[in-house]
Amino acid sequence: MNGPKTTEALLYLDGVSVSFDGFKALNQLALLIAPGEMRAIVGPNGAGKTTMMDVITGKTRPDTGDVLFDGGQHDLTRLDEATIAELGIGRKFQKPTVFESHTVEDNLRLALKAPRSVFPTLTARRTAEEKARLDELFATVKLGSQRNTQAGGLSHGQKQWLEIGMLLAQDPALLLVDEPVAGMTDAETFETAELLKRINRTHSVVVVEHDMAFVRELGVKVTVLHEGSVLAEGTIDQVSADQRVVEVYLGR
Amino acid sequence: MIVQRLAGRLGISEIAFIAAVAGLAVLVPLANLTMPEGSLLHVSNATVVLFGKWMCYALLALSLDLVWGYCGILSLGHGAFFALGGYAMGMYLMRTIGTRGVYGNAILPDFMVFLNWKELPYTWYFFDWFGYSALMAMLVPGALAFVLGWFAFRSRVTGVYLSIITQAVTYALQLAFFRNDMGFGGNNGLTDFKDILGFQVQAQTTRATLFALSALALLGGFAAAKAIVSSKLGLVLIAIRDAETRTRFIGYRVEHYKLFVFVVSAVMAGIAGALYVPQVGIINPSEFSPANSIEAVIWVAVGGRGTLIGAALGAVLVNAAKTWLTAAIPTVWLFALGALFILVTLFLPRGIVGTFGSKLFGHRWSK
Ligand SMILES: Nc1ncnc2c1ncn2[C@@H]1O[C@H](COP(=O)(O)OP(=O)(O)OP(=O)(O)O)[C@@H](O)[C@H]1O
Ligand SMILES: [Mg+2]
Repeated sequence: MNGPKTTEALLYLDGVSVSFDGFKALNQLALLIAPGEMRAIVGPNGAGKTTMMDVITGKTRPDTGDVLFDGGQHDLTRLDEATIAELGIGRKFQKPTVFESHTVEDNLRLALKAPRSVFPTLTARRTAEEKARLDELFATVKLGSQRNTQAGGLSHGQKQWLEIGMLLAQDPALLLVDEPVAGMTDAETFETAELLKRINRTHSVVVVEHDMAFVRELGVKVTVLHEGSVLAEGTIDQVSADQRVVEVYLGR
Repeated sequence: MIVQRLAGRLGISEIAFIAAVAGLAVLVPLANLTMPEGSLLHVSNATVVLFGKWMCYALLALSLDLVWGYCGILSLGHGAFFALGGYAMGMYLMRTIGTRGVYGNAILPDFMVFLNWKELPYTWYFFDWFGYSALMAMLVPGALAFVLGWFAFRSRVTGVYLSIITQAVTYALQLAFFRNDMGFGGNNGLTDFKDILGFQVQAQTTRATLFALSALALLGGFAAAKAIVSSKLGLVLIAIRDAETRTRFIGYRVEHYKLFVFVVSAVMAGIAGALYVPQVGIINPSEFSPANSIEAVIWVAVGGRGTLIGAALGAVLVNAAKTWLTAAIPTVWLFALGALFILVTLFLPRGIVGTFGSKLFGHRWSK
């Protein structure tokens, strides 16, 4: 890369390629997310959606391409996971991963925005401010009655919500949410869409989801990924009318 | 304040543990020194030494549990930290022999005179001073853990690979300490100690005092470990153990946390080794033997990892069994140890305290 690029975008991906043993999981992917935007990403299995999140969060290094954050200020391809998280990119995984042997409250405490280095963590004490933040989060993710249960004992849907809660606790500028409604009932799916819309009032969000009803509910710009690159972009109605998109989804 | 914070978090089983160890620290020396021989309440000198060794092993087990039980780092080389602490103390004890050695050399320990060395190697400087030696007993194991951990954790070496590295380190140290030209007494190690801080090492009162100090060190180690695991940092450690990648994604630098707890643990193991050596009267390269480190892992597994008190209990129980078995039927000990490990892994994967603790004492596992 030759010096920082100036861009208005919160997140800027260009020419990003990743291959696994010759197989191109991402192929010259380009994507722009504006500050404050919520974007839905759809695409068939194996399209590269999760890999894209891996690249943004530092889990996978791209073979080529630019991945810039916050108006081009940070080159994410050079940073590790913890640094990227501290810059303000939070992630919810496709397979819900919470800390199973911790209580629901401790899961949220660990995620709460606070100094992350060793000694401040060793001497950290519970404060009234922390408690207020936790109460607020419990109200948002509706897990108040499960406060002291071990997270491993939650249902699949509750774990999804806990993960969203942990994401909110970090208060990141950008939330990457991988398949938040997998395994949820219709009512829960609807509530999750409402929750994400509320979150979007103060945060930028990228949400990957297969569930078209859910994406329609969100009512935001949609990007269709296929074989590691962008196939179409637009409103849900535009992309679902797109002939190539229809082929990709039906032609399998 | 710290005591108060801690006290509120202790379970019944932990309070019982503290009371038991503190009780032993007082009663064993009393029974040894004040009760007449032949009295039912008398504790023999040999028993005092034996119990003292167990206290040191329990502290070693506790240090291992801190890294393995709470952070998932299975060190198969913790015996190396113990042995290094032991050598530091052994060097002090050697230097204080002075002219009372066989060769009567005021500066050089006997084995150096025997090897025809003319000068004290720089590694032995200042070891005639107790404070320096005690510091080295903590600093050297801590530094080794720091260097090892720095490279291993940064390169994200985990699981069985990390275990193999730690095992290789202790084995390499064993080979190195075997060599005469390393200057640590080679094969024979360091022995024939005379006194410690002016007190005869062999004296009954010294031994009783060393036992009491070992018990106190165990309590101190427990307090430190408990303070760590019940802090927010303790939550991070368990998070790393259960879902390392996830922990990174919420912004914790996993390698720093691992390094911290690995170094603290190595220092604790070093203290245990330093207390062990004056009680047994010898330190030699066999203390670095990989088998020793593996035995320590078995103590923790038997007692229950991630419980702290279980680790200490496991160390004492397994060593009590060892003492009894090696006296009764010496040949079967290793088989018995292997069988014990297999049985515990199969039937009590959470160890004694992990399995029964919650039923008997309301102990919350790994919290
Ligand atoms: N670490 C890896 N090693 C090898 N191949 C991988 C790896 N990660 C992903 N892939 C492959 O890359 C492709 C893209 O995977 P990715 O998980 O990004 O798809 P996705 O769009 O998230 O799919 P899904 O909807 O099933 O979650 C798949 O073919 C997958 O098998
Ligand atoms: Mg995926």
